[in-house]
Amino acid sequence: MKSKLLVFAMAVSLGMAQQSAPERRAERVQPAGEVHILHVRGPIYMLVGAGGNITVSVGQDGVLLVDTGLANMSDKVLAAVRQLQREVAANGVPNLHYGAESLSTARVILDTNAPPKPIRYIINTHVHADHTGGNEKLAKAGRTLTGGNVAGQLADASEGAAIIAQQAVLDRMSAKPATNQPAIPFDALPTETFHSDMKLSAFFNGEGVHIIHMPAAHTDGDSIVYFRGSDVISAGDVFVTTSYPFLDLERGGGINGEIDALNRILDLSIAEFRLEGGTMVIPGHGRLCDSADVAYYRDMVTIIRDRIQDMIKHDMTLEQVKAARPTLDYDPRYGSGERFIEAVYRSLSQAKK
Amino acid sequence: MAGASVPLFGQIDFSGEWAPRFYEDQPERVPGPELGDYLGLPINAAARMRADTWDASLLTLPEWQCRPHGADYIWRGPSNLTITKEVDPVTREITAFHAVWLRSVDRPVYLDNRPHPPEYANHTWAGFTTAKWDGDMLTTYVTHLKEGYIRRNGVPRSDLATLTEHWIRHEDFLTVVTIVTDPVYLTEPFIRSTDYQLDLHQHVPPYPCDIVEEVDRPRGVVPNILPGKNTFLNEFAQRHKLPPEAARGGAETMYPEYQLKMQKP
Repeated sequence: MKSKLLVFAMAVSLGMAQQSAPERRAERVQPAGEVHILHVRGPIYMLVGAGGNITVSVGQDGVLLVDTGLANMSDKVLAAVRQLQREVAANGVPNLHYGAESLSTARVILDTNAPPKPIRYIINTHVHADHTGGNEKLAKAGRTLTGGNVAGQLADASEGAAIIAQQAVLDRMSAKPATNQPAIPFDALPTETFHSDMKLSAFFNGEGVHIIHMPAAHTDGDSIVYFRGSDVISAGDVFVTTSYPFLDLERGGGINGEIDALNRILDLSIAEFRLEGGTMVIPGHGRLCDSADVAYYRDMVTIIRDRIQDMIKHDMTLEQVKAARPTLDYDPRYGSGERFIEAVYRSLSQAKK
Repeated sequence: MAGASVPLFGQIDFSGEWAPRFYEDQPERVPGPELGDYLGLPINAAARMRADTWDASLLTLPEWQCRPHGADYIWRGPSNLTITKEVDPVTREITAFHAVWLRSVDRPVYLDNRPHPPEYANHTWAGFTTAKWDGDMLTTYVTHLKEGYIRRNGVPRSDLATLTEHWIRHEDFLTVVTIVTDPVYLTEPFIRSTDYQLDLHQHVPPYPCDIVEEVDRPRGVVPNILPGKNTFLNEFAQRHKLPPEAARGGAETMYPEYQLKMQKP
């Protein structure tokens, strides 16, 4: 595992060295080595700087994490989670202010100043190591709520937090590794999977949590996580603010699935006033957003798709498409479009066959 | 003792009701700019391509129907302006001005030295504004802007842009100088000034905006014009008998010397 981490860290370092100025500028939102906490709304926080962004729900039921960042950042992520647990224990859990008395409101009163609760759930938005690298350590720091027959028959059933992901994430993480690559530890693998979507079976920290599969987008196993009370969507890498979408065609990604995913996020979102605020969207990388930011990004991705689609229609080769610079107008914002152009071209060409 | 007066001093008061005066760039601001008019804008090739491929029908999408102008452009809109001041009830210091236009969101301008949010915080149409006094002139600095535009014909301003303003009041006239710096789409800062006049009989009414289905189109369509296919781009230069390259803009076209260049055969 150490060698895999070293290789990944070197790749990250080399990648940063080759970045253009706008890419470097965008990277500043994630200072190396530090994990920053940003409160989003209610029990939802965003952790920045551990690789991919991490969404945290912390409250009376414990902690739920959406993604776990890079493996080598796990200690700092855990420290940030502990800090949030302490603050919630000291200051009381954020109340979502339901009008009627419910289990949630009663729990807010009962659990104020209670000891911090453990990490209960980890949800992986997709397979990449900058979002799943901390699974093993963070899951071990948690605990699954269980009992009855399960606890009686499986002595270790409550050890560690549950890790939830779309089935393709488990399939890819548990597949035979490429030559010279270590296998992903068993304890880092998802423990619960689903195919189309999944809802946590009970409110967590006072709200419903809906996990929705986004087929063939960034990868084939992408999910977004919708916190319905807080009105926050954790988008994973189908939406980032620091670069063009990375379409991982080797892992089942595709341009039209990417656009569908962005439109689905917009379908779920309602702005508060004059197209800002309201539903907040935590991207896989970059700054906190709302639906207008997603709409700008959706527009950009769709417009570039349309341009490349038209060029394919006119039988242009990939090299001709690259030479035509269909991303010229967005490159100063998102960095070199070469890799994105190639991915879109191949994705559309595959669909054409 | 009871009758002794306490010396009172404060910087100039910007609060009040202000009506726009279209002394500058009226044709661009009220009827609206013409397609392909980038004259006088210090834009780069990327901005030019965004504008060339911009389709006004984009504004019929539900995501954009109620979009307000960004903090840099809203001064130029045809909206009336209200500025209020926020006063600390104990120290009686002015901690902020709030500017709101007919079609805008509330824009606080903080005077209490608070820090700007971290880079990973949300961006808004108004951005995040702090300000300091320079005599009677208020100089603001705005970060955390959402993407906007510097001309309403598709010329973009990115979400990485920052804005510096100078608020200047001469009796009943307010002049605001805006300086937009955009590392993405501008090669030089873009500077404009805009005027307002105090209006004691004005009250800015609510301006609700309803999002409706303006065009029945398949889901996921984003109106845009393919590069090289926009047939309207030359109309502006032809109508005003300008060299076509002048209409394409660029920093050079901002300066008076460019007129001499245009006159050369």
